[in-house]
Amino acid sequence: MLRILLNALRTGVVTTRYPAEPSIPPGRFRGAPVLRAGSGLPPSAVCPSGAISAQLDAGRAGLDLARCVFCGRCAEDPWAGAVTMGREFELAARARSDLRIEVMADYPIVPVPAPARDPDTEAARAASEIHQVLGRSLHLRHLDAGSCNACDWELAALLNPVYDVRRLGIDFVASPRHADGVVVTGPVTRNLATAVHRTVEAIPEPRIVIAVGACAASGGIVGESYASAGGVDKVLPVDVYIPGCPPRPEAIIFGILVALGRLDARRPPRTA
Amino acid sequence: MANAAIIDALRSGAGGSVGAEVGPRPSDLTLRLARTGDLPAAAAVLTGAYAMALATVVATDETATPEGDLKVRYVFEPIAAGAPDRFVTLLISVDAARPEVPSLTTAIPAANWHEREMRDLFGIVPVGHPDPRALVVHDGWPEGVFPLRKDFDGSRRVPVESAEEFPHLVAEGEGVFEIPVGPIHAGIIEPGHFRFTSVGETVLHLDARLFYTHRGLEKRMEGLAPLDAFYVAERICGVCSVAHGMGYCEALEQIAGLDIPPRARLIRSIALELERLYNHVGDVGNICAGASFHYGNATGARLKERLQQMNERLAGNRFLRGLVIPGGARLDLPDDLLGILAVTLQDTLAGFDSLMGRILANPSVVDRLDDTGVLSHRVALDLAVAGVAARASGVDRDTRRDHPHGAFAAPDAPDLHVVTVSKGDTMARVTVRALEARESIRLIGEFVRRLEPGPLRVALAEPLPGGRIGISAIESARGEAVHWLRTDALGRVERYHLRSPSYHNWPAVALAAETAIVPDFPLVNKSFELCYSCTDR
Repeated sequence: MLRILLNALRTGVVTTRYPAEPSIPPGRFRGAPVLRAGSGLPPSAVCPSGAISAQLDAGRAGLDLARCVFCGRCAEDPWAGAVTMGREFELAARARSDLRIEVMADYPIVPVPAPARDPDTEAARAASEIHQVLGRSLHLRHLDAGSCNACDWELAALLNPVYDVRRLGIDFVASPRHADGVVVTGPVTRNLATAVHRTVEAIPEPRIVIAVGACAASGGIVGESYASAGGVDKVLPVDVYIPGCPPRPEAIIFGILVALGRLDARRPPRTA
Repeated sequence: MANAAIIDALRSGAGGSVGAEVGPRPSDLTLRLARTGDLPAAAAVLTGAYAMALATVVATDETATPEGDLKVRYVFEPIAAGAPDRFVTLLISVDAARPEVPSLTTAIPAANWHEREMRDLFGIVPVGHPDPRALVVHDGWPEGVFPLRKDFDGSRRVPVESAEEFPHLVAEGEGVFEIPVGPIHAGIIEPGHFRFTSVGETVLHLDARLFYTHRGLEKRMEGLAPLDAFYVAERICGVCSVAHGMGYCEALEQIAGLDIPPRARLIRSIALELERLYNHVGDVGNICAGASFHYGNATGARLKERLQQMNERLAGNRFLRGLVIPGGARLDLPDDLLGILAVTLQDTLAGFDSLMGRILANPSVVDRLDDTGVLSHRVALDLAVAGVAARASGVDRDTRRDHPHGAFAAPDAPDLHVVTVSKGDTMARVTVRALEARESIRLIGEFVRRLEPGPLRVALAEPLPGGRIGISAIESARGEAVHWLRTDALGRVERYHLRSPSYHNWPAVALAAETAIVPDFPLVNKSFELCYSCTDR
């Protein structure tokens, strides 16, 4: 017992200060791809999960961050000049459409008209509503809807001494009856569809649904098939999408805080 | 010649002809049985006189070829330590109009799930199989629809039909309770349903129902260019990303006839040992959670986190995705990263030794681990159990030695110390993991010492040769994973099949749990620490 205490004291505090202090991912980390406008953009067939859309004839190329599995293939030769893997990982968004990166081929840089709705008021409304009902704390139920377990392990890591999300008022609970919302991993397999519905229905309303990782956000590498619905929003309304394959723990923390209205979600670049 | 002896033994017991050919690899043998009725006798020769175990079963739909049939390949491998690296395949042709094969399950229990899977996905009926229930497809799947048949469009959604409740196998009697657990569990873990029947705390029977995470990934890969399909293989399972990515690559490189550069082999093997290390360290921590030893749980989680942060520095991904690529390694390990690696491993070794010391000095933990969830040597052999679970029950098998891969296939490979313990209980599985984690750290040092400057990758010429088979076996953190890949005439993926270690080990968990009490099940389950995703695919 004494040895355990001594060991614990010797180890000291290992907990990260994120999000109060930024987290800088290592140099090799593959975050959101950065597309450079112009020729030389990769064809859509390069992407194993179908995140790159081919509209090159219309003078426009797009990448869906919800589908991206961050493999880095589109940033390899011969497209290395046109695409680089950025290090941005705080990618959570309230709407699927906010996760589209678009560039105009043969055009200087990024600007794409924002969708007609006003994301600011919408986000503010959602945030204040959630704030009112749930306060600053969120108790979540994990729901594996057919993941490869990478996202699950990253959710489990949120409870380790390094991330310790309980310090932020976030916890994972055993019963959906005790939950304010659900974090879903996986594309919703056919064999889990019933369990997914029953679990979500058991959570008292209002409830938050957070799709964690490419499979949950869009179907990811699994896509839509005889065995997979192709993403959580095919069967349930989703409040926040967290891209990644899997998203690193800080990216999940960011997404949960976005869901709580404590941080601003990622927004597509606005027209200048 | 060993081949001639096997062929003679099989021919003497067979009613029909037995065609023999070398392959898929030069050291392998494929035996074509003209009559499906000869299968049980042939399998008995291999498992009996030749002391082989079932490695995998692969069904294929070849109705569109001139032969117009379905085929099943039963792949066996020797289990004696020091046996040569080889696979022996029994190949039978199945009439598509009357798809029936004799079941091997009662003689070879390891065939159980394989046969149920081919009944669900191909409609090939194992006649005489003791369990008529569906395995892979769940309630409401229509009769007569077989998703891995070639005429089935994999992207099609299939309507859910009304269904009866799944008939779980339960014990009945006075005072017997049924305890349903899952598929959604209380903790952050993967989905599966466990139906216990118990008297008081004693488990009478455990019926595990899996395949909730069946994503149809084998079908998903069919028709893809082999380089594209790699990214799917790497994502079948999170904590086996390196092992499955590498197994797929080795099968692919066999088909392409590629020899990858020595530096790439070493980097792959370093990645594979790093994967084993973060898994084993984290697993020991999680086993502490099962025994309510919170200091151990937190320490294991902290050590694992440090390793995963290092993974992110090495590979750009905390699960080491993006290090392995068909043809070699995608990223190099330069000296500055090797320096960080060395320091991290040194700290991990010290921290892990200290954790093991605290566990073993704590009688309340040791008492929970000792004699809990016993898997006997006999059962481990019958079910062809793999990896840590097998070695903790005294089965001396390790794919790194038995089917050398990565840097173990090189002429100057380091010696591998295969750890075995005979007791088969939870403590034995903890002990094996602890010793293997240390061995992994030692091996990484050996691999790093062997790194010489050189190319990382050789180009894979597409299209690949058509109609060829590649087979590989990788020792993942959980044990042997067998990959089987065949290209079509255009060099695309025609069929890919993964038999993960968890696939063979799950039935063993149910049997080990029957030696324990209900509250010890989480502990027993964590001591096996199997994946659902690479079982269900």
